Amino acid sequence: MSAILSLHDVSKSFGALTVTDSVTFDVPEGQALGIIGPNGAGKSTLFNLITGNLAADAGRIEYLGRDVTRTPPMQRCLSGIGRSFQIPQPFDRLTVFENLLVAATHGRGLPERAVEEDCAAILERTELIAAANRPAGTLSLLQRKRLELARAMATRPKLLLLDEIAGGLTEGECVALVDTIRAIHREGVTIIWIEHVIHALTRVVERLLVLDFGKVIGIGEPDAIMASKEVREIYLGIEI
Amino acid sequence: MIWVDTVLQGVLLGGLYALFALGLSLVFGIMRLVNLAHGDLIVLAAYLILVLTTLLDLGPFMAALVALPVMFAVGWTLQRLVLNRVLGTDILPPLLVTFGLSVVLQNALQEGFSADSRRIPAGWLETASVPIGPISLGVMPLLTFASAILVTLALQWLFYRTALGRAFRATSDDPATASLMGVKPDAIFAKATGIAMIVVTIAALYLGTRANFDPTTGPARLIYAFEAVIIGGLGSLWGTLAGGIIIGVAQTVGAQINPEWQILAGHIAFLAVLLIRPRGLFPRAFD
Repeated sequence: MSAILSLHDVSKSFGALTVTDSVTFDVPEGQALGIIGPNGAGKSTLFNLITGNLAADAGRIEYLGRDVTRTPPMQRCLSGIGRSFQIPQPFDRLTVFENLLVAATHGRGLPERAVEEDCAAILERTELIAAANRPAGTLSLLQRKRLELARAMATRPKLLLLDEIAGGLTEGECVALVDTIRAIHREGVTIIWIEHVIHALTRVVERLLVLDFGKVIGIGEPDAIMASKEVREIYLGIEI
Repeated sequence: MIWVDTVLQGVLLGGLYALFALGLSLVFGIMRLVNLAHGDLIVLAAYLILVLTTLLDLGPFMAALVALPVMFAVGWTLQRLVLNRVLGTDILPPLLVTFGLSVVLQNALQEGFSADSRRIPAGWLETASVPIGPISLGVMPLLTFASAILVTLALQWLFYRTALGRAFRATSDDPATASLMGVKPDAIFAKATGIAMIVVTIAALYLGTRANFDPTTGPARLIYAFEAVIIGGLGSLWGTLAGGIIIGVAQTVGAQINPEWQILAGHIAFLAVLLIRPRGLFPRAFD
């Protein structure tokens, strides 16, 4: 399996504060990688570096074998890096279906007719089809999260970045959302998922990466990572 | 019977006010921009039509047809070069810039066309009328009203049935998220103002053929347009049409009671609506 994304010694500082410190890792195509770490560990910053919303101070980011370190965000989106946001931001006055249409037509540069069926299929898969013609402002939190996922999917990403998409959901809602993400992953979409709800994460991802103060302190199989003393101390705050 | 006639004339007059207001409503709805030069842009379009009728020896409708793409380009350029630079979280800069534009337009028109009042000749149509029973309705007022309904329908279709309309609404909802999705707000806004100028040209056609206008006519039209938009509820197109009709009917009814009360009655109707329903008659579901 070749790597769809690789970071080599990527660093980013805000003034004296280093939020990303020589981060190096690969994501093989088709794999799902979970990222955990305490608040302020630099998880969201890492996403912003991958999408290009922030420019790296040092290091190299390769996507599909090409150096994209200096590629503008729009270009990266068109080449297949899709993203959901921590706080869902749907267009409240547009219907659910229209939300997807806007993302699909502008994110892929295609006319509406070319993407309509695809959007309907995504709504089916994310279990939003019954709400397709409702204004997005009337959705429940779970539905808004699903829409966030569906809208990221509408850009047909090869690499999907999920930012705390399970946060704030009840146990039952969380399970329902995880099922949807698993289904998307099974179709071959590579996923990088930042999440605090670790049991949701471990049901999908093949590998876990632990970030603390901008440094990678562990990457590997979820079981091995969760069992490691260092991770338990730093991340879970458990003294052993 | 005289009251039926009065109300009908008022409804038809309302069509003209709705045409004044629809362009304003469109621009406000999409980019939260209050264009204080809207009335002057209508007058500018009226002069353009007038020039085209004499220069190319065209009828008013053909001249308006020629003016449409010109005014679209004017709106597009205005948005690209000027208005996009001042749009932001602060609402004051666009107000100041459009106020300045209003002054510039009035003075430029006065320089070019003098302060004499003018009219676009419409030939026999000016006096043509259709008798319906005991009531006689003017052909021009009927055409104005039909145009107002057609423009509302067309804008409604554009907004809710086309990709451009969805991009308009998405940008209006949240420009930041829209740009993350690949929508370019600057380009969207330029198209929106271009389309608003098309509506302005249609309004100018009827303003210019039905009444005299001079370079300072704009601000008064702007007030009627504002009132219609606010009565209807900000951002609602059918509401704007209804708002225009309410002002039109109030004016003709007022004039019927006492000819001096025409303008006053329109403003009183506006104040009454503001008192009873400050958010307008058809406010959008959520703001």
